[in-house]
Amino acid sequence: MMNKIARSIFVVAASLFAFISMAADDAGQIKVVNGSVTIERDGRNMTAVPGARILQSDTLRTGEDGSVGITLTDNTLLSAGPNSVLVLERYAFNSTTHQGQLDAGLRRGTLSMVSGKLAKQSPDAVRVITPATVLGARGTEFFVQVSD
Amino acid sequence: MNRLMRVGIPAVIVALLAACAATPPPPSSKTLVVLVPGAGGRVGAVSVKSAQGEALIDQAYASATAAGGAAPVIGNSSPSQVQQVFGAAISARPQPPVSYMLNFLEGRDEYTPESRVVFETILSELGKRPTADIAVIGHTDRVGALEYNDRLSLQRTERVRADLIKRGVPERSISVAGRGEREPLVATADEVPEPRNRRVEINIR
Repeated sequence: MMNKIARSIFVVAASLFAFISMAADDAGQIKVVNGSVTIERDGRNMTAVPGARILQSDTLRTGEDGSVGITLTDNTLLSAGPNSVLVLERYAFNSTTHQGQLDAGLRRGTLSMVSGKLAKQSPDAVRVITPATVLGARGTEFFVQVSD
Repeated sequence: MNRLMRVGIPAVIVALLAACAATPPPPSSKTLVVLVPGAGGRVGAVSVKSAQGEALIDQAYASATAAGGAAPVIGNSSPSQVQQVFGAAISARPQPPVSYMLNFLEGRDEYTPESRVVFETILSELGKRPTADIAVIGHTDRVGALEYNDRLSLQRTERVRADLIKRGVPERSISVAGRGEREPLVATADEVPEPRNRRVEINIR
């Protein structure tokens, strides 16, 4: 019994470690901040400033007067309007092969996406996930609004 | 104790799994998607999948709306509607990334005369981008051995890096890579001199 518990703890610890090392990859950078914008990372909130790095699993929140623009390492441009919650659920990009995956979660608010190199590589590489839908981005520009 | 663990632990696991499982969207949550022309007027496509259906929009200002789990409904938007709903997101858009090319004299890390001018253009562009991320990627033509060209391409990127730093560009914003003769712009046979392949790409984000 103890053995089993020890093994489960090990598995959980190992997957947690894998998750953390994945999350440490640089995904992009905040370029534009208007009004109040926060980055939530590992349960802590930071004030977003231009030049700050964005990592996989980061959550961006904009206030009533807030908006934020980020450039990902594959040249995707993401920007969110006021009262938005945007989560970088998954991000991987190989700058040599241009392979990878981008899953951006828009929980609420507004999002502008100008796709980068990932969307050119494969039709399923870039997705926007909202409470009601999964969107597959096949290039160029589009907007998403999530409302109640 | 043992029985408690036998029953209790699986019960906790089941409860945790149930909490982790995807909860259905709140019936009121609505998603609106609008496709617009990109730079140069090109229109892409977006696939929209909800619990009960799937649709594809591929025309300028086509929209799709999905409320709760219902199938997406295709519609039409307009530039003024887009501005009204997404204006704040549009004005927060970062400047699009730009790329430049610097060319070099054969076998050396010296710029061609034209590229000296391009270098100044790069500096003035960097002046407009206070948070710029700069990737410097060096290449060579196919004259010389593979290893020699790997070294030469790095030498060229180092030259560019040093010149940028000398002109006040922050060192931490620059990353460098040398690709040698492995990614020619113009395909040639081995040992053929090709000025267009003797280059350093500068990608500014």
